[in-house]
Amino acid sequence: MNVITAQPANAAPVFHLEDEHTHAAGGSTMLGFWVYLMSDCLIFAILFATYGVLGGNYAAGPAPKDLFDLNLVALNTAMLLLSSITYGFAMLAMGRNHIGETQAWLAATGLFGLAFLGIEVYEFAHLIHQGATPQRSAFLSSFFTLVGTHGLHVTFGLIWLTTLMTQVAQHGLTEANRRRLTCLSMFWHFLDVVWIGVFTFVYLMGMLR
Amino acid sequence: MTAHASPSSPAAAGHSEDHGHGSLRGYLIGFGLSVLLTAIPFWLVMGDALGSKLVTAITIMVLAAAQIVVHMIYFLHMNARAEEGWTMMALIFTIIMVVIALSGSLWVMYHLNTNMMPLHDMSRMP
Repeated sequence: MNVITAQPANAAPVFHLEDEHTHAAGGSTMLGFWVYLMSDCLIFAILFATYGVLGGNYAAGPAPKDLFDLNLVALNTAMLLLSSITYGFAMLAMGRNHIGETQAWLAATGLFGLAFLGIEVYEFAHLIHQGATPQRSAFLSSFFTLVGTHGLHVTFGLIWLTTLMTQVAQHGLTEANRRRLTCLSMFWHFLDVVWIGVFTFVYLMGMLR
Repeated sequence: MTAHASPSSPAAAGHSEDHGHGSLRGYLIGFGLSVLLTAIPFWLVMGDALGSKLVTAITIMVLAAAQIVVHMIYFLHMNARAEEGWTMMALIFTIIMVVIALSGSLWVMYHLNTNMMPLHDMSRMP
């Protein structure tokens, strides 16, 4: 609405009535970001549906029982849950205007996120080493797509987290940085919600098959 | 104990900034419930505590749903008032879409598999 077009210097400026009252910068960011998260939710719903349909097609290959190590999954779940609560503490520190404390909790979140990713990469490498590659069966294709997409989200979350920590270090807890941190907070907690679905439907239900 | 970052703090000028970042108590309650709701299903499956696979499956699905609600309330601070109810509207719409996509896919493909199986015994194929 507030687009300013370049006018020739001699032309009379064109005034027009602005129908809308002015919005503060970023006033609708939270709602917009929430709508993005909901669309992301649909992506995961489709991947869950695909896994639900194809998850039993082993093509005479390995089944979940032969592949999954629940101790490792439990450890992974703990890492993501801990990263969620440390991000919560970072938001509380941000509310109190403590830059150092915010950065420390964000760093803790990043480390837990990195641990989660490390365990997941280890698990994937182990599976592929055993010959359980995405090409092996429909079950493994859909498994790697679903869990891999989640892992990719965590990876991008970590990149975003590092970027924001740099931003906060350089510019402090400005209004814009607070908004960005709140967006990332929603993204991060959302990934934890998706992981609840993953460990329940993929790993725990897989062991019950 | 000390700072309950209350969402009623003076709003930023211009527009209402009522995105509460929760309180320490809220986060700790959410975390405690999450740990509980994560540990129980892992224990049920790893220890085979219930005996029946069907009962275990239904129980862990219920627990997962409960944990998702806990995360929504305590970590994502969902409520019907944020953004004049539009976040809740978007969430409800998404849940409807997710339920249609998931149940529809599983239902249709299950019946497809059951009804389209070849009638002859594949194991006797050369």
